[in-house]
Amino acid sequence: MFGQGGPVLAAQPESYQHGQECVSLLGVDHEAGVASEQQGAQPAPTRRGAGADPASSVEASTEGAALVVEHLGKRFGERVAFEDVSFEVGYGEVFGFLGPNGAGKTTTVRTLGTLVAPSSGSATVAGIPLSAATGPSIRARISIMPESPGLYLRLTVTENLQCFARLYELDDVPGRIERALRGVNLVERANDPCGSLSKGLRQRVALARALLNDPAVLFLDEPTSGLDPVATHDVHELIVSLRERGVTIFLTTHRLEEAERLCHRVAILNTTLRLIGRPDELRQRLFNQGLEVRVRRAFENPGLVFDGVPGVEGWEVSPAGGYDVAVSDPQIAAPAVARALVSAGADILYLAESRHSLEDVYLHLIDEDVEARRR
Amino acid sequence: MSFSWTRVGAILVKELTDYRRNRFVMVFAMMILPLILIAGPTVSLLNAPAAAASSKLDTRIGVELLYMLLIPAIVPSTVSAYSVVGEREQGTLEPILITPILREEFLIGKALAVIIPTLVVAYTMFGIFLAIAALFAHSGIRSAIFAGSHIPVQLLFTPLLAGWSIWVGIAISARSSDVRVAQQLSVFASLPPLAIVALLTFKVITPSTGLALGLAAILLALDALGWRAVAAMFDRERLIAGTRT
Repeated sequence: MFGQGGPVLAAQPESYQHGQECVSLLGVDHEAGVASEQQGAQPAPTRRGAGADPASSVEASTEGAALVVEHLGKRFGERVAFEDVSFEVGYGEVFGFLGPNGAGKTTTVRTLGTLVAPSSGSATVAGIPLSAATGPSIRARISIMPESPGLYLRLTVTENLQCFARLYELDDVPGRIERALRGVNLVERANDPCGSLSKGLRQRVALARALLNDPAVLFLDEPTSGLDPVATHDVHELIVSLRERGVTIFLTTHRLEEAERLCHRVAILNTTLRLIGRPDELRQRLFNQGLEVRVRRAFENPGLVFDGVPGVEGWEVSPAGGYDVAVSDPQIAAPAVARALVSAGADILYLAESRHSLEDVYLHLIDEDVEARRR
Repeated sequence: MSFSWTRVGAILVKELTDYRRNRFVMVFAMMILPLILIAGPTVSLLNAPAAAASSKLDTRIGVELLYMLLIPAIVPSTVSAYSVVGEREQGTLEPILITPILREEFLIGKALAVIIPTLVVAYTMFGIFLAIAALFAHSGIRSAIFAGSHIPVQLLFTPLLAGWSIWVGIAISARSSDVRVAQQLSVFASLPPLAIVALLTFKVITPSTGLALGLAAILLALDALGWRAVAAMFDRERLIAGTRT
């Protein structure tokens, strides 16, 4: 799809790097730290219980980014799953990881989750360098919600969560389970067998399970895959509430509107990392800024109207009717264009800044890749 | 991170709760199959002629008890064969392996969850068999069962055979991609140790306490080797990604 070795547009997660470790997802342990500036100052907790791991010999750094990935790659024999991937994710950030099927998103998550060993590069996950020896310590500090909920269907919701609370050796298991279920609005279904739940509710149970250990980084691997719009909306609301609580989330998805709505920054991967940054940054970098103009009657000579207007760099007739005007800065150019239109006696129906969605960015990259392959 | 019995217990409790609600395990593997395996020896015991020579009686009882040993050989193999590949098929393996659990903890939890019900079932069936013998069998047969070395041999070999079957079952399960294939293979693979018991029963090897203990020691060593082999074969990456670098 995308060409390999293309430029990576990167933006560092400076807004999120506050050296906090994580925020309690279950409403406990709010004691110290500073949260993301974008979310307002929120207290960050010390981490307790999650892998309450006195035996662990691995010291986790609480400074810097939640994830630091440098030239990471994974091969399965001759097949490259992903390669030369580098990025950072700050604490409290929701980071979207986009890409088409087979792009290497899930393998990246599994690699960072220590389920799969990298073939090249290095990473630090929740302050712990990624290696075979540190696997259990990293796994104690993170959670991964796989695409499939993977629940024990004959066990009740509570029994499923109890099993995982014991696997993390958490304290106050009943309290944590209750808070986790409250967080996903499932308290009333606590004693139902998971096999009796709808797909959307199972996804919520999986999310509650992922929240049990107050992870320093929560990996959500296509959490809305296969869900109907209502269940998708519910999961989005849950992610928004986690984001508001300052939870660090690594979200893989190929739903672009999902990433645009939920993520502070996104990266687009197709074996190699093609693009990284805030959605609005990406739009600005890939597309010229512009104004959309609609008037009741087309101009006989639009050049007479637009040429020479301050801030206008060019114009073309829009396929949808009207005019697309390229500008250096919409804030400066828009009033000048409006004045020019009025001076030309036009009946203005619509004048607004051009908006490009993340989907436009994504499709633009795909088109680029197709063009590159043709050449 | 050190070995944790809490995590072993989590797997054990989860497995036992799951078995309790799984009709295949509860009804077929733990009830119907053992009852089938005990039916033949019991009928044979009750039909045995009272006037037979003691050596013939001894051989006959040995054969019947050999059938009884099929319980610890076959029952755990069918259940343990499901343990890894079944979780893979259900999609539950990845969430478990994402936790800090060590492979040794996972495997011991799985093995305990199979051996505990297996021993309960096998010893219960053996108890039923002995009770029927005590109440309904001819006195000659009764004394041959209770006076000989059959009972200690049975008690000793039951957990050793179960251990072998479990490790073989889990090993096959960790390498299979289909539950049914894993179960069929592990049933076959669990049978060879029974050959030792068969050799004793049919007097190809002259039975003695020392020999029984020696063979038990060999089975114990095989069980330990099986555990080491299974632990070495258990590869998170291959289990999750289906392939290895």
